[in-house]
Amino acid sequence: MKKLILGTAITALTAGAALAEGHSVVRLGTEGAYPPYNFINDAGEVDGFERALGDELCARAELTCEWVTNDWDSIIPNLVSGNYDAIIAGMSITDERLEVIDFTENYTQPDPSAYLALADADVDLSSAVIAAQAATIQASYAAGEGMTVLEFATPEESVAAVRAGEADAVLADRAYLAPLAEAEADLAFTGENVLIGGGVGMGIRQSDTELRDKFTAAIQSMKADGSLNALIEEWEIGELF
Amino acid sequence: MGATIFSYCSDPSTIEGLKWLSCYLTTGKHISMYWSFGTVLLLLAITAPTALAFGFAGATAARSRIAPVSWIGKGYTAIVRGVPDIAFFLFFVIALDQLFEWIRHEVKCPDWTDPIRQGNDFVVCTEAKLPLGNAAAWVHDTYAFFLAVLTFSIVFGAFAANVLTGAMRAVPRAQIETGEAYGMTERQTFWRIMVPQMWVYALPGLSNLWMVLIKATPLLFLLGIEDIVYWARDLGATKTPKFTDYPHGDWRMWYFLALLVFYLCFTKLSEIVLDRINRRLTLGQATAAGEAQRKAAA
Repeated sequence: MKKLILGTAITALTAGAALAEGHSVVRLGTEGAYPPYNFINDAGEVDGFERALGDELCARAELTCEWVTNDWDSIIPNLVSGNYDAIIAGMSITDERLEVIDFTENYTQPDPSAYLALADADVDLSSAVIAAQAATIQASYAAGEGMTVLEFATPEESVAAVRAGEADAVLADRAYLAPLAEAEADLAFTGENVLIGGGVGMGIRQSDTELRDKFTAAIQSMKADGSLNALIEEWEIGELF
Repeated sequence: MGATIFSYCSDPSTIEGLKWLSCYLTTGKHISMYWSFGTVLLLLAITAPTALAFGFAGATAARSRIAPVSWIGKGYTAIVRGVPDIAFFLFFVIALDQLFEWIRHEVKCPDWTDPIRQGNDFVVCTEAKLPLGNAAAWVHDTYAFFLAVLTFSIVFGAFAANVLTGAMRAVPRAQIETGEAYGMTERQTFWRIMVPQMWVYALPGLSNLWMVLIKATPLLFLLGIEDIVYWARDLGATKTPKFTDYPHGDWRMWYFLALLVFYLCFTKLSEIVLDRINRRLTLGQATAAGEAQRKAAA
């Protein structure tokens, strides 16, 4: 036991020591399961609006960046613990999250969220059971409106719950639901769009003001020259700036 | 999109049937899934002996006559067995990682004046980061894997410790006494009589643990490691034509069915192997099964 612990400690202490110094890398954490924001493409790489955006922001801020995927549930704890340096995962800026982490300036407008239900169903949203991904603005919005909310770990499962009849409608970002509504004949939008949150920004540790300012500056420069709008249009994210 | 194995896969929208399937199943993403089977098997191969070592150490410590050592052994099994796995895997790993970084921080950056805890943040100097921020991706992956092995080993070691404690107690006292009568010391009776004989009593409990360990591997994704369940969930999810060359509906059922087959085959194989080990261990033991073997051979 002692030897094991000692061995472990020594491995931990010496791991990577040979690779010390050199230009630091900024690690970008994402979920990889939320198209068009971020997803894993056929080749197994992170792809999507935020991949293109993140790479461009890093180029403008002259940072070397690396992509990491992490489960949505533990995405904030791993950021504050320092396992990566920024969250870029379609995360809306909310007061609740601002208590724990900092955000850059928003790179999308406040999210138009929408309800998706079975195409032939006549859903009364005031009494409907709503499916949403856990720990999202949509889940807390629906709960705040007094709706019955079923929470799921992934966006995919929340859509599956509607198909299975477990929930009457799913509430999520319109940009995520739109390709589904288009490709799947049995699903359709219902009700009005709702605007929730303060737009999507990059989550940064509160102590890391330098990185936050660098990314905010890069976002502002992309807003100024219209390249951000071009990306938002390309990936059909929503409102332009 | 990306490199393909078969030349005819360059435009998947024009092909169908088996040809389409052969292309679909060889995308880079699927290859990553096939690799993740290896990750899971490797995790099991390393974790099982490590957990057994932790368990053996824990059991031996719990039996110790030195009170503090015995408290450590008993405390380890009692606390770890009592904490829900999911809490362990969500928070303990982060805490463990922070502990390593804090130790490195104390050693490498003695001049650092800022606090380590700044509000919600855990901040150590750049040299103390583990792995270093600029390390290659594989270093990060290996480190995450190492943390996973360690966490699994600690959790399953606690259960193994309990099984082994019981097994040590199950060795008939008469066997030890015989050893003592031959003038063996306590250490000698422990290593030469008790340890060789205890395995047959430990095996049913340990084989249960092995089966549970196999099924616990999907917890890997909580630790940031992409395991087979993660890939099955991701690959099976509805794919719209916009984001892939291979659009399909909700296929998670088929992927999970494949996992079911994998897990069933694997547990069946384990059963066969464990059965053999059991027969081997029973040989010449002072148990009913050992007696039966002796009679059958005679």
